[in-house]
Amino acid sequence: METLNTILEVFFNAEIAVRVFPFLLRGLGMTLLLCALVIPLGLAGGLALAWAASLERRWLRVLCVVYVDFFRAFPPLVLLIFLFFGLPFAGIDLPSIAAVGIGFFLNASSYYGEIFRAGVESVPKGQWEAARSTGLTRFQTMTAVILPQATRNVLPDLIGNTLEVAKLTSIASVVALGELLHTARLAQSLVYNPTPIVMAAMLYLALFWPVVRLLSRLEHRNIARR
Amino acid sequence: MPLTGGVVRPLLELAGLRKSYGGLDVLKGVDLAVAPGELVFVIGPSGSGKSTLLRCCNRLEEPDGGTVIVDGENILASGVDLNRVRQKIGMVFQAFNLYPHMTALGNVTLALRKVQGMARAPAEAKARDALAAVGLADKQAAYPIQLSGGQQQRVAIARALALEPKIVLFDEPTSALDPELVGSVLAVMRELKAGGMTMVVVSHELAFARDAADRVVFMDGGRIVEQGPPAAIFGSPREARTRDFVAKLAERS
Repeated sequence: METLNTILEVFFNAEIAVRVFPFLLRGLGMTLLLCALVIPLGLAGGLALAWAASLERRWLRVLCVVYVDFFRAFPPLVLLIFLFFGLPFAGIDLPSIAAVGIGFFLNASSYYGEIFRAGVESVPKGQWEAARSTGLTRFQTMTAVILPQATRNVLPDLIGNTLEVAKLTSIASVVALGELLHTARLAQSLVYNPTPIVMAAMLYLALFWPVVRLLSRLEHRNIARR
Repeated sequence: MPLTGGVVRPLLELAGLRKSYGGLDVLKGVDLAVAPGELVFVIGPSGSGKSTLLRCCNRLEEPDGGTVIVDGENILASGVDLNRVRQKIGMVFQAFNLYPHMTALGNVTLALRKVQGMARAPAEAKARDALAAVGLADKQAAYPIQLSGGQQQRVAIARALALEPKIVLFDEPTSALDPELVGSVLAVMRELKAGGMTMVVVSHELAFARDAADRVVFMDGGRIVEQGPPAAIFGSPREARTRDFVAKLAERS
């Protein structure tokens, strides 16, 4: 009983929880804002990569492969630290939000690019031929005919990757962007108690658990469809 | 502009058409002229190049040599607006290739809206007319997966016709259909023919060729071996290869 009380006191301190909650909410707001910035950036970059890969130009394909390989192998935290703490030595001072935007664009677009490319390749060639034979341009065919089908085919992978990107926004805390993890650590150092970290974890869970549920249902549906 | 007295200019004219894939010559110099309103039927063993021939006519395959003239325009010329030219050349595929994420109406409307820039209402009106013309007025809201093979192929024909092409290319339009569904597609093609449409048909439907084709072309080994009226090709072929092939076809059907 004594131990339980101690645990509650330390990790779930109600008084501290009430005090830091508004503060953490602001951090959560920043996390959501970051998601709203880096997910569309990554998606746009991924679509551009898939488009480039679909053009039958060897050098462009090679370039895409090199890009994708490089940024999938490069640890995103290292990338972000390089952009924010490394580049200033070359006279390039990026605001933290820009460093996060660029870092996530490079990292996320390489993953999204691979997913979209697989999706585009999953659509039968006859779809291209039918659309092109009626006079649609390559681009019109891609946007109106191929991508809607491709996206549906790889939807679980897209959502899964989006979840990874959203979770990864916590690394923005190293460049002092006031997102959820950063505010929680700040609060923890102010109150000398880990309760804010536990609360942040619970907020992350509350945010992502529904997405995980959705993903799991989609994956089961896909297995059933096969 | 008649070439010689009484001869109309062909709507489709292929000359010396060549195509090879990685050293394998699929078309070895094909000459073929199709007159307006003519239905030319192309037969031949698999690998004879008949599908490739058709696909070179709208440059789904890029020919390696020769000319393709459609409605007086050399479509292999540099600087030709391929997407404009393709609207004159309808194409119907063996596997239908309908867009599965769109309704029948959406399938027919897409190119009208995107390529011809029509507004939604007139495009849909035109698409409805095209669907009615192939006997599917009541299926405009159906998705491809809800339609039979025969119905899907008729939607595909409507999709090609809505653009008001000068010529329609059929690439084995009934080969993927169950036997009882073939008739509905052939009936639509007969109506098209009666309406004066110019058509090139790659197919194995002998009975249809006999009574609907103006001319039958027999291809083998990347060349046209023999051509003539259906009665001549099926009744008294001159070439041994044609005789063998026609005999095999007749056996099968």
